[in-house]
Amino acid sequence: MESQPRIGVYICHCGVNIAATVDVEQVAEFAATLPGVVVSRDYLYMCSDPGQGLIQQDIEEQGLNRVVVASCSPRMHEPTFRGAAQQVGLNPYRLEMANIREQCSWVHADRERATEKAKELVASVVAKAALLEPLEEREVGVTPGAVVVGGGIAGMVAALDLADAGFPVYLVEKSDYLGGRVAELNRTFPTLESVAELLGPLVERVQSHSNITVLLNSQVTGVEGYVGNFEVQISDTQSSVSNVQSGAIIIATGYDVFDPHRKPELGYGQYPNVITSLEMEQRLAEGDLTLNGHAPKSVAFIQCVGSRDAQVGNEYCSRVCCMYTAKQSHQVRELLPEADVTVFYIDVRTFGKGAEEFYDEARAKGVRYRKGNISEIHRCKRSDRGNGSDRVVLVGEDTLLGQPIDFEADLVVLAVGMESRADVTDLSTLLKLPRSTDGFFLEIHPKLRPVDTAVDGVFLAGCCQGPKDIPDTVAQAKAAAASALIPLLRGVVPVISETAVVDSEMCAGCGMCVEVCPYGAPALDSLWNVSRINAVLCKGCGACAVTCPSKAIRLQHFTSEQILAQVDALVGD
Amino acid sequence: MAEDNFEPKIVAFLCNWCTYTGADLAGTSRLQYPPNVRIIRLMCSGSVDPTYVLKPLLDGADGVLIGGCHPGDCHYQSGNYKARRRIIALKEIAKHAGLDEERVWLRWVSASEGGRFAETVTAMTDFLKERGPNPMRRKWAV
Repeated sequence: MESQPRIGVYICHCGVNIAATVDVEQVAEFAATLPGVVVSRDYLYMCSDPGQGLIQQDIEEQGLNRVVVASCSPRMHEPTFRGAAQQVGLNPYRLEMANIREQCSWVHADRERATEKAKELVASVVAKAALLEPLEEREVGVTPGAVVVGGGIAGMVAALDLADAGFPVYLVEKSDYLGGRVAELNRTFPTLESVAELLGPLVERVQSHSNITVLLNSQVTGVEGYVGNFEVQISDTQSSVSNVQSGAIIIATGYDVFDPHRKPELGYGQYPNVITSLEMEQRLAEGDLTLNGHAPKSVAFIQCVGSRDAQVGNEYCSRVCCMYTAKQSHQVRELLPEADVTVFYIDVRTFGKGAEEFYDEARAKGVRYRKGNISEIHRCKRSDRGNGSDRVVLVGEDTLLGQPIDFEADLVVLAVGMESRADVTDLSTLLKLPRSTDGFFLEIHPKLRPVDTAVDGVFLAGCCQGPKDIPDTVAQAKAAAASALIPLLRGVVPVISETAVVDSEMCAGCGMCVEVCPYGAPALDSLWNVSRINAVLCKGCGACAVTCPSKAIRLQHFTSEQILAQVDALVGD
Repeated sequence: MAEDNFEPKIVAFLCNWCTYTGADLAGTSRLQYPPNVRIIRLMCSGSVDPTYVLKPLLDGADGVLIGGCHPGDCHYQSGNYKARRRIIALKEIAKHAGLDEERVWLRWVSASEGGRFAETVTAMTDFLKERGPNPMRRKWAV
């Protein structure tokens, strides 16, 4: 029998993040009075080295056998504190966290009530901690290989890094070519480098790499398994289906271009001389901007079409339009030195190496920038000026001068933004990959874990996670590849220890757990007619434990005794 | 009738993958909601045992909130459907046992819906303020 609980409670100030709203000293004093608690402290940053050292010292000197850390969300620092506990010989599952930052200090302003709530949250977790059992850490082997979904620049770069590290890669591309959206471009900003020269060698390397299998006209249609051991079903347009084993998955599905038909006031589709920036790329590639045999005298660019626009549901900035507009206006100046080139913008955002300099250069070359929103484009009715019938008029407001805009142009380029792909819903559902409200895939932490997802072993690269330019896309692709290499190179991944277990003495062999489990983890032992749960298959959802009519199944680390103890601490006055 | 200054106590069982993470997002987004909710983290809404709901109600909690992933989004494929069936049955039984089943809310909140989580807690707090304290609280009081 286990000796009595000796619990240490550690209340984190998180600088002022918690301490400004919660009276941490008071919470620590309160925690000291809770059953089983032998040490209770507050500290500026529990996750810092000295903070962790404090816990470790107490475990060793005071013989603690349970630890409660009240700080940020366990999704943030549970691995940190579990690691610290383990270093000094405390089983990591004997540690539990109370979330008093994300779920308390950050969402409440009333100091008294927030402090009261923090105390109760700590009491509830201390009650659970007293009942925590040590669990064994387990590992399983990893399939040495990866699947990369999307053959654009992100997917290709990620696939090459994985392949160069020695792992077989399946590169799954929906269309019939590699290169994705970048292949539709002519030159890149701010260097005006030819895209063909950028992409050609990359595609060549991907196609000739002995470790890369390129699957064109193909899509992922099923995913089973978990980090280290995914089974990915890939179907091609001929409906042939193959299953590949994979240790990690990188999602690099890219983006959709905003369809300007959704802003009918801009006349796209109605006037042939109103075109999208992608169509402009094509014309610039051909080096021909003439319309009905005439060179345009006035070229207008309209920024933020489908971006920063709540009306179309896209409140975000697409991050590339300012720069590609600067680039295209630059190219127009070179092709048509006589033409007037005007850019209508809301704000100009030129971050990135060499970007601001490039924008300055475009202005120095005579590109005019006018701050203002274009609200409407219509056919020019004035026929007294040349090319009258083809001209359009841009109407809006110059927000710097506070004057109306009434501007005639022969060619209008709509700087269309990026959107999450309409067809990624299937993939999102297959993989249970969460998306943010803008529709792009959601990274697990915007700053510290930008390529990781809620699904272990699945990583994000490129514009499927949000709009970005080529350098950022490639950087993220390389980051995704590096993250995917962690399980692949280690060769083993930890599997959850919080699995369900059967008490054979209590089990009646009814088989309801077998029916209810989505993973096939429980099976009836025909000799003893009791259920046994395969710990490698069990994902710890707890469905069997609730269903079991004999209460013979326990979900470890979330047992009903532990949960009800938490309830008791909260409401059992 | 609602008592003056009555602050309801809500015990919430949130699934780790969607609603608990959504509650964390409400925090990182600094969305404010009433401090009446006490969150207990579970791995899946499908692991909410009927006793988890009944015990707080019998002990005088004013409301019980169960938060899971939206239909089709369960991290464990079907746990939220199991929760939905179980909670419907449980509320029916609770009603016949003389408990106020309206105090039990099952809501779907995804990891990206911090706002929805804050709104849910606000709405539930308002609802319970209107409804008044759980009568069980007085029954047990000596």
